[in-house]
Amino acid sequence: MRSSKLQNQIETAYRSGTALNITGGGSKSWYGREPTGEPLLTTGHAGILSYQPTELVITARAGTRLSAISEALDESKQRLPFDPPSFGETATLGGTVACGFSGPRRPYAGSCRDFVLGCRVINGKGEVMHFGGEVMKNVAGFDVSRLMTGSLGTLGLLLDVSLKVLPHRQVEQTLVVKAEPSDAIGMMNRWAGTALPITAMAADNENIYFRLCGTQASVQKSAALITGTVYADGLQLWKHIREHKLPFFMDERPLWRISVPSDAPHPMMANSNDADWFLGWGGAQRWFKSELPAEQVFAMAKRAGGHATLFRGGDRSAEVFAPLSDAEMLLHKRLKTAFDPKSILNPGRMYRGL
Amino acid sequence: MLRDKKERLISRLGAILSPEALLSREEELKPYECDGISVYRQLPLLVLLPERVEQVQAILRLCQQEQVAVVARGAGTGLSGGAMPVEGAVVLSLAKFNRIISVNQANRTAVVEPGVRNLAISEAVDHLGFYYAPDPSSQIACSIGGNVAENSGGVHCLKYGLTVHNVQGLKILTMDGELIELGGAALDGPGYDLLALMHGSEGLLGVIVEITVKLLPKPEMARVVLAVFDDVERAGQAVADIIAAGIVPAGLEMMDHLAIKAAEAFAHAGYPCDAQAIVLCEIDGTEEGVQDFIVSVEQVFEAAGAVQIRASANEAERLQLWAGRKAAFPAVGRLAPDYYCMDGTIPKRALAGVLRQIGKWSEEFSLPVANVFHAGDGNMHPLILYDANKPGELERTEAFGAKILELCVQSGGSITGEHGVGIEKLDSMCLQFGALELTQFFAVKDAFDPDCLLNPGKAVPTLHRCAELGRMHVHDGQLPHPELERF
Repeated sequence: MRSSKLQNQIETAYRSGTALNITGGGSKSWYGREPTGEPLLTTGHAGILSYQPTELVITARAGTRLSAISEALDESKQRLPFDPPSFGETATLGGTVACGFSGPRRPYAGSCRDFVLGCRVINGKGEVMHFGGEVMKNVAGFDVSRLMTGSLGTLGLLLDVSLKVLPHRQVEQTLVVKAEPSDAIGMMNRWAGTALPITAMAADNENIYFRLCGTQASVQKSAALITGTVYADGLQLWKHIREHKLPFFMDERPLWRISVPSDAPHPMMANSNDADWFLGWGGAQRWFKSELPAEQVFAMAKRAGGHATLFRGGDRSAEVFAPLSDAEMLLHKRLKTAFDPKSILNPGRMYRGL
Repeated sequence: MLRDKKERLISRLGAILSPEALLSREEELKPYECDGISVYRQLPLLVLLPERVEQVQAILRLCQQEQVAVVARGAGTGLSGGAMPVEGAVVLSLAKFNRIISVNQANRTAVVEPGVRNLAISEAVDHLGFYYAPDPSSQIACSIGGNVAENSGGVHCLKYGLTVHNVQGLKILTMDGELIELGGAALDGPGYDLLALMHGSEGLLGVIVEITVKLLPKPEMARVVLAVFDDVERAGQAVADIIAAGIVPAGLEMMDHLAIKAAEAFAHAGYPCDAQAIVLCEIDGTEEGVQDFIVSVEQVFEAAGAVQIRASANEAERLQLWAGRKAAFPAVGRLAPDYYCMDGTIPKRALAGVLRQIGKWSEEFSLPVANVFHAGDGNMHPLILYDANKPGELERTEAFGAKILELCVQSGGSITGEHGVGIEKLDSMCLQFGALELTQFFAVKDAFDPDCLLNPGKAVPTLHRCAELGRMHVHDGQLPHPELERF
């Protein structure tokens, strides 16, 4: 599909003031507030545009499946460093970047937006623009590409995205150490303060899981220091954590993502059951299953120095992202108007009235 | 008129600042007329040196009422005129905000004020085994607030990223004095990524008053390999081969013949003076990992045709091998009265061609060029040698520099990798962006600062300026801003 078709659709919607619901593979349609507007499909706009492994950069159309990108990178022994979850086979690059999702490697390698180098986008007036580029260092103009990341399509439709990529590490090993969640926080933070090649840490109500990546010798030495048992199928474990396929995530209750300083004490909510928590990102991202009123969860995360997101389930007609201060919301609204003056792109998907 | 306004401003500012924090006499203002790029100068109306956030807030509100432009300034080491005053503006120095507020060892973050020097952060957390990764060459002097405003890099960007990758939170003041917290000790905050947007915004969107930086554990070990080449293209290929081998060096630097000669004469690092190019490849991490990768690096360089390969055996040798590279700018500075440092980035594949073309232009313009190159991430620093006292030579140098930047853009790169646009590269911005992008940038600026009072006239050129230059980025085959007359 040519980008001019998408451009025409947005131009037409701009003239008539019709709200659009930008839709890729639909794998994350449950994320954010309730979508409104006419569907605008991007999946036809697919394909890798350029990839030269020695440049450590890949550029692909937004409708390209995440799996196609992983395959292409894998052939050259490279990967997306932020380890994005796909939440379904149909996940696209555009949807991943629009949601700004990062996986278990995030605290050690960086987030989705850290690796976005450039993008082509259509704003809410139907104007095609190009920001950033295909080089790793680029400080010309405001960093609109990173602003687009995680903006849930409310500022523009992504046409293509350039990402920095990195090589796979040679050896990967997962270790398990028995620990109560409240002890796990301290232990994970202590290990994160060492130079060991740790690329993921998570804890459930029984164990801490460590992932080590590096050369054979460095992984061996690090494993000896951590002294855990080797987990047989580490690859599968981290995939299940990333994709929410663990039994923990099979639950009808609303799922909260709590982002806090990695040393925030556990449990964050008095009287909560350890089995309702899963600690990811070495303690910096905590999954919490709860029917508690949203205000309470938002307030709890804020008190701990972080913020909560109603990630899946619950009332999507209310706010699902942590409330912004008045001054910050005003800036958000002005930025929204700067990119999408008639508010036709995914209106209300992130916050009410945005 | 201006005099009246200045007097009124001084009297109103007197209620906010102590007399010694308000500079108004010409001899006091003089040191603030430029930043690290001294060819661009402008005397400010006043210089203000607040020491509390409430004072900055009051200053901004007052300046908004009086419609006076504000240019924020850190250490003044920037290389694009970002902190150069604009006419009639007050300079808002954040130099007195120089405290490290707190260090959180468990969470590996530090909260600092904007005037703290880059290197002072690493020094303050050294005893905990931590450091702050971005290391611009000015790190002993430059301030962390300025680093955020410019999104500064350094020699370790390939592995550890730029400032934007190493800052978790900011407190900013908007022009109307509102304090806004972006990010903090937790990761990936809600809403738009204003934290990223602030990085590299060159003081146009807000005034940074507090920064939460990420601290990294110091690697157990670092070693560097020096590879010498008798051909620049072969050196460029060696850089690509290192990446292709799956190695992520902590630093991957390249220098050409003139830069090598100058650096060796200055720093005696042990570089062979007849070499056409050298590549420095540093590996850090656990001891075992470093030893494994050093072997791979040596193998790659050998296969790439290096005429000499030397790996540092200890920390003293490592520092010695780096000494030449780190002294490259002052060393080149001894070859001519002045030098002009370019900052374009290119895809690595374009390196050989771009260097060849720069060599040709160097002859045409009769201006020597030494090339220092953050090879791993494609960031070039051609240093054009000239003499500002020779009539016309500065203009010739600027013209030569603009051609290099144009070539970077044509090669798929950018006009600036880490120094920023400031006042210096405004014209070159017209090459990299079309009218739509520039208009969108102004709309972003307008969202933060509707009266255009924060560092006005920097970073983003007006459409009119681009049209007058006749240098236009052709977008999708169409000439931009057809509404403007062209001469």
